[in-house]
Amino acid sequence: MGLLFAVARFGDARADAGRSIITANVYALSLAVYCTSWTFYGSVGRATSGGLSFLTIYIGPTLMLLFAGVIVKMIRIAKTQRLTSIADFIAARYGKSQLLAGLVTVIAVIGVVPYIALQLKAVAASLDVLLGGQGTNFLPAMFDSTLVIAALLALFTILFGTRHLDATERHEGMVAAVAFESVVKLIAFVAVGLFVTYGMFGGFAELFQRTAATPGLERLLQLDSAKAGTWAALILLSGLAIIFLPRQFQIIVVENVDESHLRRAVWLFPLYLVLINIFVLPLALGGLLHFQGQPFNPDTFVLTLPLARGAETLALLVFIGGLSAATGMVIVETIALSTMICNDLVMPWLLRSRRFGVAEREDLSGLLLGIRRVAIVAILLLGYIYFRAAGEAYALVGIGLISFAAVAQFAPAMFGGMYWKQGTRAGAVAGLLGGFAVWLYTLLLPSFAKSGWIDKGFVEHGLFGIGALKAQALFGLAGLDEISHSLWWSLFVNIGLYVGVSLWSRPDAVEAGQAERFVDVFKHAGRGTDARLWRGTASAEELVGLLDRFLGRPRARQQLANYAAGRGLDDWRSLPVDAEFVRFAETQLSGAIGSASARVMVASVAKEEDLGLDEVLDILDEATQVRAYSRELEAKQHELEAATAELREANERLRELDRMKDDFISTVTHELRTPLTSIRALSEMLHEDPEIDIDDRTRFLGIIVNEAERLTRLINQILDMAKLESGRAEWTTSEVDVAAIVREAMDSLGQLFRDKNVALEGEIADSVPVVLADRDRLTQVMINLLSNAVKFVPGGSGRVKVRVVAGERAVRVEVIDNGPGLTPEECVVIFEKFRQGGNTMTDKPQGTGLGLPISRQIVEYFGGNLWVESSPGAGATFVFTVPLPAHE
Amino acid sequence: MKRANPRRQRLAALGLLGIPLLSFPLLSLPQGEWAGLPAPFLYLFGAWALLVGLAAVVAEGRD
Repeated sequence: MGLLFAVARFGDARADAGRSIITANVYALSLAVYCTSWTFYGSVGRATSGGLSFLTIYIGPTLMLLFAGVIVKMIRIAKTQRLTSIADFIAARYGKSQLLAGLVTVIAVIGVVPYIALQLKAVAASLDVLLGGQGTNFLPAMFDSTLVIAALLALFTILFGTRHLDATERHEGMVAAVAFESVVKLIAFVAVGLFVTYGMFGGFAELFQRTAATPGLERLLQLDSAKAGTWAALILLSGLAIIFLPRQFQIIVVENVDESHLRRAVWLFPLYLVLINIFVLPLALGGLLHFQGQPFNPDTFVLTLPLARGAETLALLVFIGGLSAATGMVIVETIALSTMICNDLVMPWLLRSRRFGVAEREDLSGLLLGIRRVAIVAILLLGYIYFRAAGEAYALVGIGLISFAAVAQFAPAMFGGMYWKQGTRAGAVAGLLGGFAVWLYTLLLPSFAKSGWIDKGFVEHGLFGIGALKAQALFGLAGLDEISHSLWWSLFVNIGLYVGVSLWSRPDAVEAGQAERFVDVFKHAGRGTDARLWRGTASAEELVGLLDRFLGRPRARQQLANYAAGRGLDDWRSLPVDAEFVRFAETQLSGAIGSASARVMVASVAKEEDLGLDEVLDILDEATQVRAYSRELEAKQHELEAATAELREANERLRELDRMKDDFISTVTHELRTPLTSIRALSEMLHEDPEIDIDDRTRFLGIIVNEAERLTRLINQILDMAKLESGRAEWTTSEVDVAAIVREAMDSLGQLFRDKNVALEGEIADSVPVVLADRDRLTQVMINLLSNAVKFVPGGSGRVKVRVVAGERAVRVEVIDNGPGLTPEECVVIFEKFRQGGNTMTDKPQGTGLGLPISRQIVEYFGGNLWVESSPGAGATFVFTVPLPAHE
Repeated sequence: MKRANPRRQRLAALGLLGIPLLSFPLLSLPQGEWAGLPAPFLYLFGAWALLVGLAAVVAEGRD
């Protein structure tokens, strides 16, 4: 225990220094506060009667943790609203209701105090076993050892649970200590498990075989299908308990420093459960076999077995493990309960009763701590009294599951509150009261009756002798065990009332706002809505005064400074007293005195205008709509940007086309003027000088005819080009044999080649597939390329070769010449309009400069390509392709 | 809208798988002995450990 103190002090020191020792592993291990001495000693006892059914208590939490999304949501809500207990959580959701907070606290206290008593009993019993052999008593008779233990636990809890008042209600030292005791109890339990299984028996196989051979015990090894209902009920029950037991809520939600720690806990804690449970059944069987025929208490097998073999050191280790389990549970549970009692029962009452003058006192933070300390002592005292009163009675032994069933009543209000906006305060109160009443009648009171404290009549014959009201066979529902029976009826009534009353009642304004904040906690990143949900006037002085009084002056000032820095201000005194500031103050107070009391306190100094439900709903609807609108707006903006970009592109293209048109017109004019000029000059000479001799006359007329022909060709091609470009050209597409076209073109131009003494040869594949194209247009392309070639090759030594190849996807036609070749720039330029090969400045133009552009347009129209491969001095190869028709 | 956390969904799917795996009627299948040990004992701890292992892979693995 001294070591626990040391660990806790170390943890607190580190936390104060700003270096948290709460890592993901520590967080996951601290969850094992779930495994109390009830696990440590009681599981073995359960296994001796129920076989493997004790495992349900650990399978439930495993499955529940896998639904990490639910837990993350709880953590996020608790953090944004500074909720510090399960009572606060439920109360805050349903309009910060003091009634609900008190109700949940009462249920938790009634349900859990006996559970604390059970821990004390376990410690006392294990101490008896450990010391019983020697028959000595190490304390004077007037000091009851259990009382001493309770007092020590109270001291420890006070030291580390209420050291200071924190707005987040976190206790890092305590968490570290709990994680440490989790390791201790695991080591102790596994050690005794190994000792019994392998030291006293020959391992698992032998142990199981001897059990199977023992009459009456073999049933413990098999599962009983008749218990299917109980099995499922216990998994559900323990799955709910792992998050709703006050100590579990404290560890999982309140003490969580980083949501990502949950990722480790999701598997590490279940792994812990698997490990600590492996040896439970072997221990139970080992005990049953070893103590056959002797009186024994199966709940203490883990101690009596090693003691029976004289392994006293091991027994001591086991005792320490059991003590760890009990201590951890009691400390965390007591802290959680004391926070609830202080914030949700005592404070509201104190604040209301003016007798104490609480509302006027200067600094209340000391009073708060005092209340908590008294609550801790009171809880442990209650536990001790219950332990003394109950003793060996049934009411104590069975309390573990009875406690679970009590906190399971929180489930509808919790889950409903987190996922269902229509759940109302009236519904939650009705559900909780109904479920709690059923639990009381069917589980707790019958357990009192079994202990002989009250008359058994209502269990055996029904209340007032009415058979339908038998406590453990309500309305004749028999055949279930008492836990399943109670769980079924209580949840039935609880959920029914919660949903039913919720649907038939109207939430008030505060509730509607809180419902929105809880259910949509992941969507409410901004504070806009929050700020608008509060309207009124407040004075900064009074609000700060409140904070001072409840948090203590230094702490309050520090929080204020942090808040001001968060809003970009140097001094908190210059903070505007707006809705956000009021909300900040309320949240801070809520961490110290609970959300319900915080609301009352803030309302006492701030004049809030009542918004009314309708207005709140309007604001919330508006907020939802605004979110939807802003999403829509964003989409529209994207569309607009895309359209703008498109427009800009189109504009660029238009300008480019405009420039090209201007160029075209000036070029065309120029090209038309050249032949016209020479025709006109020569005609004028002939006209003015009748004396010109006949030879010159003939030569001049020849030139005029040639130039006129060139002019005609030029105009034809310009028209052709214009038609092609405007898309008004007429195309007659049919099946065309490319090879035939090439041959015809070569034939029709044969004379031209022979005139210039240029060799023309063809290399045409035998079978060329037909393509879809315009026959005349394709002929035009071929003639164009051939006449180009003949123009540029030198007479005499010139050679032009035509190849036709059938490819996989297209027919490829090449016109290869051995002319002067083209530079890389020329290879590009010649396909532009009015650009010609060769030097146009010095040489006489040899073509119109439109042939290649027209040819390219034609080929591309049919889906093919036209290009040239060439380098200076190495001739040129003009290539065009016409794609084959797609296969059907 | 942000897509729901895939890791949380995978974990929840494991939880939904675990419920039928660790309750009746599936639990009535293992009977007698497997490899010298009671079948229910082996099955329960095996299935449970498998679930925990898968959860570890999902929780600690990369998205």
